[in-house]
Amino acid sequence: MASVARVDGVRYAYGAVTALHEVSLDVEPGEILGIVGPDGAGKSTLLRLWVPVMRSQGGRIEVGGCDAVADPESLRDLVGYMPQRFSLYEDLSIDENIHFYAELHGVAREDFVRRRAELLRFTRLDRFTDRRAGQLSGGMKQKLGLICVLIHRPAVLFLDEPTNGVDPVSRREFWEILRALVAGIPGDDPSESRVAIVVSTPYMDEAERCHRVAILDHGRVRALGTPDDLRAKVPGVVLEVTTSEAARARGVIAETAGDPHVALFGTRLRARSTRADARNAVANALRDGGIDAEVAVVPPSMEDVFVSLSRAEAAP
Amino acid sequence: MSGFAVEADGLTRRFGKFTAVDGVTLRVPKGSIYGFLGPNGAGKTTTIKMFCGLERPTSGTGKVAGYDIATQATKIKERIGYMSQAFSLYADLTVEQNIRFFADVYLVPRARLAERRAFALSMAGLEKLAGRLTGELPGGFKQRLALGCAVLHEPEVLFLDEPTAGVDPLGRRQFWDLIYTLAGKGMTVFVTTHYMDEAENCAVVAFLRDGKLIAADDPAKMRRDHDDGRLLRLQVPAAIATPEAVAAALSSWDAVERVSPFGAALHVHAKRRLTPEEASEFLRTKNLVPDYVQPIRPSLEDVFLRMVDTEHGAKP
Repeated sequence: MASVARVDGVRYAYGAVTALHEVSLDVEPGEILGIVGPDGAGKSTLLRLWVPVMRSQGGRIEVGGCDAVADPESLRDLVGYMPQRFSLYEDLSIDENIHFYAELHGVAREDFVRRRAELLRFTRLDRFTDRRAGQLSGGMKQKLGLICVLIHRPAVLFLDEPTNGVDPVSRREFWEILRALVAGIPGDDPSESRVAIVVSTPYMDEAERCHRVAILDHGRVRALGTPDDLRAKVPGVVLEVTTSEAARARGVIAETAGDPHVALFGTRLRARSTRADARNAVANALRDGGIDAEVAVVPPSMEDVFVSLSRAEAAP
Repeated sequence: MSGFAVEADGLTRRFGKFTAVDGVTLRVPKGSIYGFLGPNGAGKTTTIKMFCGLERPTSGTGKVAGYDIATQATKIKERIGYMSQAFSLYADLTVEQNIRFFADVYLVPRARLAERRAFALSMAGLEKLAGRLTGELPGGFKQRLALGCAVLHEPEVLFLDEPTAGVDPLGRRQFWDLIYTLAGKGMTVFVTTHYMDEAENCAVVAFLRDGKLIAADDPAKMRRDHDDGRLLRLQVPAAIATPEAVAAALSSWDAVERVSPFGAALHVHAKRRLTPEEASEFLRTKNLVPDYVQPIRPSLEDVFLRMVDTEHGAKP
């Protein structure tokens, strides 16, 4: 399928600091493209250039066939953009916020009435339309934000870390909505092409729910593919060690497996190793150290992909 | 003095008719890492603010570092560190200036300043970059510097309110290494997080829902207590069906209690003991041939989903 939005060789520098080096990506209608990467990788910059709220310093940027560099105004009604600090009017009600964003885009009356009702029902906010935005929980605010950026029916939604600080239940609900949106916005004409979503996230379980994921690091796309493709690229094996002496086991595992980033989650440790005999070697080393532990080889997760690809944060 | 760094008995805070914190009773042993979990709007931040003397309880009592939160707030403020969700350093000051500013605010004795400054710099990994503008640092560095500044005065109790929201996986691991280091030196750490893998690192996790403390226990024990042998993890290849379609099919099965997405996989909590074969067979009848179906033990995230199992988005 043809892409509905693309960036091609996009560059950007903040003074002497290059944020993006020749980044090229595209997204199709009905697709969720995830952007993940360490802090400072350039994720927010990329979204700002694509929307565009900032002017690119080189490369091509398009949404819905319109040129974001030559004619940024032409993208106005084609994109819906939710930055990290999306401004809802806290002292306005849910309904008033939606109305405000519809006015900004000059949404026709009959479209507004239909979309408003459908989107409220869809996000299960329909019972709260009179409540002030300032009184909503984190998850509800994010859902209201979605309605506000969807009310003009954009071709592409750009969401910059929309679920930061949102609890595990509300995050799931938010993603259920995103997944349903790309399958068809309720109240839409089914012949219309489906919305595409470009979303950045620090949550690796959310990255697994994207159709494709781009891993951005130091302003470059280090990997791009479906979550399955990316997981298959993790070099070596992933070990999971369960022990009540995790703190002591950690050093032994790091040394034996050759992984400086052994992760510790209470009684569970996770390490990568390119040794062919990794499982046995780690099990033996722990036993020799007098540490009682279970060692298993487990399938890699997106977090393993992320950690294997990102170098430790470089000093600025 | 008791062996508890933080104590609360029937701690309650009302805002008008709304009860944000409702009769919370808890004990945090000295030198432990105490995880405070719950959905957005459950009352976590309000509870922390009461402990830090920033909010008065409506009723109930509390002690921090042995001092009464209602009458000895000043004594408490000298003995605690607090890092809020909002980034608290001055972006337009250098690293050095931020450290000096917070050392003054926290009344760090002159004689201790050099040592504390060095400690904060090494914690953040900024030894060579003390002259940098703080706003120019990548997120992970800022986060660690904020932590370093919060402990300049060597507090007895450290309150961290979602310190890792939006931080990438490697940054979160590094941050938790620092928390371990501080706890290892005898500091009590009271931390809220929406990352359940982080919560596994706590000696005790407490769940708050609608202002009420509904559970507090060792996370490993909590997971064991929820292990009823009725949890399966499964995945159907994306080429066959979307996870949403698989979840919908499973939800229609009367043997199934709850289906929750975990990345691209699904966790199925059954109403009775289900063998993987039974579940596979059911999926096959729907032409949804799974990659795998395996019985698993609940993770803390599974426990969280069960505890918060309500119509969350529709909560008043």
